[in-house]
Formats: sequence, C-alpha cells, structure tokens
Amino acid sequence: MTEGMRNVKLTVNGHEYESNVEVRKTLADFLRENLQLTGTHLGCEHGVCGACTILLNGDSIRSCLLLAVQADGSAVTTVEGLADETDLHPLQRSFQENHALQCGFCTPGMLMTAYAFLQETPHPTEEETKDAISGNICRCTGYAPIIQAIVRANDKSD
Amino acid sequence: MKPAKFEYLVPDDVEGALDLLRTHSDDAKVLAGGQSLMPLLNMRLARPKVLVDINRISGLDYISETNDGNISIGALTRQRLIEKSTLVKDNLPVLSTALGSVGHVQIRNRGTIGGSISHADPAAEISALCLALEAEFVLKSHSSERIMNSESFFLGQLTTALEPEELLTEIRLPSLSDGWRWGFQEVCRRRGDFALVGCVALIRLDDSGMCLDARISMFGAGETPVRMREAETRMFGSPVDSSALDDVARLVSEKLDPVSDIHASAAYRKQVGGAIARRSLEAATNQGKGA
Repeated sequence: MTEGMRNVKLTVNGHEYESNVEVRKTLADFLRENLQLTGTHLGCEHGVCGACTILLNGDSIRSCLLLAVQADGSAVTTVEGLADETDLHPLQRSFQENHALQCGFCTPGMLMTAYAFLQETPHPTEEETKDAISGNICRCTGYAPIIQAIVRANDKSD
Repeated sequence: MKPAKFEYLVPDDVEGALDLLRTHSDDAKVLAGGQSLMPLLNMRLARPKVLVDINRISGLDYISETNDGNISIGALTRQRLIEKSTLVKDNLPVLSTALGSVGHVQIRNRGTIGGSISHADPAAEISALCLALEAEFVLKSHSSERIMNSESFFLGQLTTALEPEELLTEIRLPSLSDGWRWGFQEVCRRRGDFALVGCVALIRLDDSGMCLDARISMFGAGETPVRMREAETRMFGSPVDSSALDDVARLVSEKLDPVSDIHASAAYRKQVGGAIARRSLEAATNQGKGA
C-alpha cells in the first residue's frame, strides 16, 4: 500500500464500495471525487454552512469534518439516496411544491438535515423546524418556504 | 486535498492511544469528534505530523451514575447522546440544556464532551458548566493517572493542563442535589453559533429565600471560562432581590476581561455579560430547580 493511503470499505445509499483512499481526504471529497456522487455540496469546508450534511449510520453529520477513512465500515446516505428510480422522496416533493429552493446549492444539506430530523419528529412545529435547520445556511429563500416544506413534508403520508 | 499530510494512526484501546502519545508526544494531535480539529486541518491552521484517531476505541463512551449519585461520562461520548440521555435529563438537566446550544445537531452528533473540553475554546458551554459544577477530569498517560479539578485545567485560550502524552478519559460531574437551582443564558448571532458571551449560574437558597451558595461561570468573554467570585460572594447570605442582582451585573461587568473581535467589542461583551449573569441568576431562582 502506498504511504498515506488506506483501504476503505463502506456502504453508500445501499451500495457497497471499496476504495484505496488518501488518509487526509475528507468524506465529502471522497463522495464527490472518488464515487462521483456530486449531490453532496461543499460550501465553507469548516463546518459552518451545512451544505455537505449527510447521514452516517442514520445520524446527520458534516461530511467535510470527517475523513473518508473514518467512515470505514459505516453506512452513508447522501441526497442521491432519497429518491427511488422513478419518484422523488416525499420530502423532496414538498420542497418542490413549496418552492423551498432557488439556486439549490444548500438544498442537499437541507434535505439530509430535514430527513434525519423528520425521522425523530415526523410532524414538527415551525419552531422545532427552525431549530433543526439552524446549522444550514441558505442565501436565497429567506428560509420561510424551506420551513414550510419541512413542516408539511409528512402531511400526505398519513 | 484540504489538510496537509499527516501520519494517520488508529489505536483500538486506551493503552494503545497512550503508547502512541508517548512515542509521538508533541508531534501528535488527538482526533476525537473532529468538530474543531477538522476545520483547523482543512484550513491548514493545524499541521500535526501524526493524527491519533481515538474514534475506534471502545469503552470510552458511557454515561453512568456513580455510587455517590454523581455522573461520570466517558470522554468520547458524543454530545448528542448526552443531550438526549434520560439519566442526564433527570439528574443534571442543566447539562442537557447547555448542550442544546453547542453547535448544531450535525455537530453534536459527532462532537464529543472530552474533545470540547480538551480543545478549550473560551466560548465553549461545556467548559463553563464544568467550572460551575466544579467537575473533575481524569487525565491518563502511559505511566500515570491524575484527577484534576476543572478550575486548574483551563490555562488559556485553547490551552489546558493536559501534557502532550496525556489523554482526557473521563469527566466527573456532581449531580445537582441539595436544592441547587440553575440558570443558563447566552447571546449569539445565530442559534448554535459561538456565544458572544454566556453564563451558567447555580444557586442554593434556604427556606426564607436567602442565598446559601452561588456559582457564576462566564464563557465567551475571556481567555478561559471564568468564575465570578466577587459576584458570588455578594450573593452569600443575601436575598435574590433587585439590589443584589444589580450588584451582580455590575461586578460581573467590571470583572470580565474580554477581547474585541469582528463579532463584538469588548465593551459590548462586558455590558451584556453583566446582564446575562443577572438573568441567569434570576432564571435559577425562579424556575430552574436542579434535580
């Protein structure tokens, strides 16, 4: 093995990947560059903007603050894992219906944060939602439609 | 590639980590939750030769109640786990509340209690709470183990009493029995951001409402979290009335020695610090009855 490289085996959106990766590569860069999963966006790269939020074993985390080698043996879910082959995920549809995105840069992080949040709190209040997405920055929408989309995401499902 | 090159080592037990720290000493940096270290690596403000990733160590993440009713928390326990713990909510609700203001949920899912304390950011809620509770830290090296009071631990901005060969392994927190009440307040631009200034206040009152004991710990307004001894002394034997609270606000404002930065001026931090200390004490007196 080359110096500074490690073998990493992980599951991303249900698919198993095995790769030789430089130890100093972040998980975000690994997802985008090695796996070509460019849905995960990189904004600030120091844990402030939330654009790179993914799920690691079900918990929302910043993929720019984790090394790819640290995800060895883990299950990762990215925004590409939300929709099935034909249909958007109900949360994505709610974003569409409520005009919860403009430029779309923050959207993957917003979706993944909201997805994890809705697992714990399926029918949140506006206040709970504001707190849940406080770690995600959006520079277009003013947040109101995003909050609405998350609050209403599960309205139709039950 | 964001971070500069480093050698990446992954011990699987505490002994292994301590051996690596003995070998690499000053050249090594411990990677716990990484929520402070990874940004520093990404921006190349930190360029350690060796990164000792302790995340694969089992047995360092636990929350347990000791025989004397106190709470011991393994250094590698994720902040979100502590925040949601029923044991903590029941016995030390001020910790659950304070953790709710540590970064955002994505940060707390990964960030550890020991990492926050070892990093010693002056704006860290956990450190200030440890100071207020007079918590103890267990510091281990390959050859020794010492138990240190939190007040001796924080030496300066991002500087602690931890030796390069030592690892913080456990945090021991007294639970708030004996009628302690608590208050927690902070001011920041956006919820979860670094506090411009904040306060953890603890108070114990007798039946007639006289103060038996008070602790006021400030964060975000100095090199380290800091206890406000003069203000605490002012409260002893006094009722919690407006005259006492006015004095506390004034004493805290006078005592604080914050810096000016792009987020807030020193003068602002001093003034708001006094007001925040006052509100925390009021909150403690009025509702936040401990355990």
